[in-house]
Amino acid sequence: MKTLLYILQKEFIQIFRDRTMLPIIFIIPVMQLLILSYTATFEIKNVDLIALDNDRTSTSRELINKFSGSPFYHFNGYADDFESAQQLIKSGKADQLLVIEPYFERKLIVDKSAEIQIITDAINGSAASMMVAYAQSIIGDFNKNIIIEQNPSQQLGMPIEIGSLFWYNPELDYITYMVPGILVLLVTVIGMFLGSMNLVKEKEIGTIEQINVTPIKKYQFIAGKLIPFWFIANVDLAIGLLLAYFVFNIPVMGSVVLLFTVASVYLVGILSIGLVISTLTNTMQQAMFISWFFLVIFILMSGLFTPIESMPNWAQIINHANPVSYFIKMNRMIMLKGSGFMDIKEDLIILGVFAIALFSFSIMRYRKTV
Amino acid sequence: MVSGEQIDSPFTIHHMSVNIQIDSISKKYADVMALNNISLSIKSGELFGFIGPDGAGKTSLFRILTSLLLPTSGKASIGEFDVVKDYKKIRQNTGYMPGRFSLYLDLTVEENLDFYASIFNTTVKENYELIKDIYVQIEPFKKRRAGDLSGGMKQKLALSCALIHSPHLIILDEPTTGVDAVSRMEFWELLKKMQKMGMTIIVSTPYMDEAALCDRVALMQNGNLLAVDTPNNIVKSYKGSLFAVKAYNMHKLLDDLGSLGDTSQVFRFGETIHITSTINDDKVYMESVNKQLIDKGYKDISIHKVNPVIEDCFLSLMDKDVE
Repeated sequence: MKTLLYILQKEFIQIFRDRTMLPIIFIIPVMQLLILSYTATFEIKNVDLIALDNDRTSTSRELINKFSGSPFYHFNGYADDFESAQQLIKSGKADQLLVIEPYFERKLIVDKSAEIQIITDAINGSAASMMVAYAQSIIGDFNKNIIIEQNPSQQLGMPIEIGSLFWYNPELDYITYMVPGILVLLVTVIGMFLGSMNLVKEKEIGTIEQINVTPIKKYQFIAGKLIPFWFIANVDLAIGLLLAYFVFNIPVMGSVVLLFTVASVYLVGILSIGLVISTLTNTMQQAMFISWFFLVIFILMSGLFTPIESMPNWAQIINHANPVSYFIKMNRMIMLKGSGFMDIKEDLIILGVFAIALFSFSIMRYRKTV
Repeated sequence: MVSGEQIDSPFTIHHMSVNIQIDSISKKYADVMALNNISLSIKSGELFGFIGPDGAGKTSLFRILTSLLLPTSGKASIGEFDVVKDYKKIRQNTGYMPGRFSLYLDLTVEENLDFYASIFNTTVKENYELIKDIYVQIEPFKKRRAGDLSGGMKQKLALSCALIHSPHLIILDEPTTGVDAVSRMEFWELLKKMQKMGMTIIVSTPYMDEAALCDRVALMQNGNLLAVDTPNNIVKSYKGSLFAVKAYNMHKLLDDLGSLGDTSQVFRFGETIHITSTINDDKVYMESVNKQLIDKGYKDISIHKVNPVIEDCFLSLMDKDVE
């Protein structure tokens, strides 16, 4: 026990003496949270729309006005012909093109039906479907007005009215959704990177050789490496939660104690992954690349940016082995929904099993002989 | 239990016998034979040197002795302890100073020493007597980070840390490589002092002149032991008469001397070339060499007989080993 304290003392001296380490630990996470929370949003505003109006009547203009009046659209003018419209989309100056055929107004009145065409730049599939949805709702609205105009006497047949309530995030604010996930992200980056760097640093500099001939026990050395970063990552989480509260006005609805319990269990697992990486590598550069590889996969699959439900089946199965997705899920539940222990029990147990398994594996992998 | 009590007291431990037995040790990395069936014994209290170029296998052997590396085959023991089975005992009783400076560069002199003392369950105060001679030289810099010390100072700090738990045996891997000449001499004086205190010392060096300072030396090359003896005996066993030759065009001279008759070895040695005669009459040999060189157009030729030093013996043994 005393030996462990000496090792911890040494580790903390080294961490706080390292001038590049302090900004990495305390400033970068804050920047990450502040920048990513504002930028990582799925909402699409200011869709650049151009219109190719071959009708040029009051009805066609009315339809275009509907678009330009919408907060989601920015009307970028009329195209002269289809070619030039195509060119505008190609060069990225327009996201969506509205094509109105000749005799649009006349067809509407005479035939009671007319067609228009919406062409959307679909390089980003999810953004494109959002834009199409916006367009559809505007056209739907326009449609309804026409029906009422043409049949003023007739009551509109709408027996079911839909009223929506958005729970936990009533304003559908993406920042509220993103912040808990980004908190997980920064805790993960700190845990995994620093965990994987630390042991391999001793290898690279050669200090491990002197340590290995001492009677230090494996678990003491490993614990001495884990505890400081476990502690620092929790401090980072606390800073992040304070920022979430004061900057983004997102309080923790559930129990803060429960949140830190989950984080603590999670960090044992993440730090152990880092340690396993550093036992497998010989230089900090190798450790960095391998941690980066795992981090990218873990994070992109975690449901932070894209919902897990929309991933293919095999990816969802793999995700059962992704600790990041468990923590993001639980963190969102605790922070936004105020879920209690019983609600997250199962996920927490799985995370605990991960942590124990990974920690044992990292101790097994670390050998004092070469 | 008896040995456990001895560890606590720095004054009794050095009477403990640490005869070292190395028995047919081999170490193979992939397809390189780092150590080839090495057997030798080192007596308790001896200052034993391993001499050999880089890649001779010195570091591998030291790592096996300090339980950092497992041998491919063979056995080794320190005192009654086997280096594989009783590695815990070995680590408690052995001080190791790796070839590369392996202390924490970002910790100060004092912090490094305190740290190593505490993980061996002791304190600097308890064993101060043991490291005093060395430590007084670095004490003025005790608040300085290890990374900011000079090469010689670093070696002294590393030695202090290797000694802090009062081991019976210390193993030093090339402690004087990259250290200036004055610090090297100081360092060897310290080793002699520690030997007088009863410690067994194993040291490796690429410098031949340091070999003479050891009680016994082992000459190593390519994982093989070429010779194990006292420095004196190694020099005495040199076969043939040795001559130093000097002339105007040294580069060409080396080739031409190689094609001389009655000559067994030709080595560049500092500013001269050492050649060994295979005939008994030195005078006849010298005249014949002189004549042949004049015929080849050399000027300012100087030939004189010299006494062999360890380096000559080593070079000649190396040559035979390659054959």
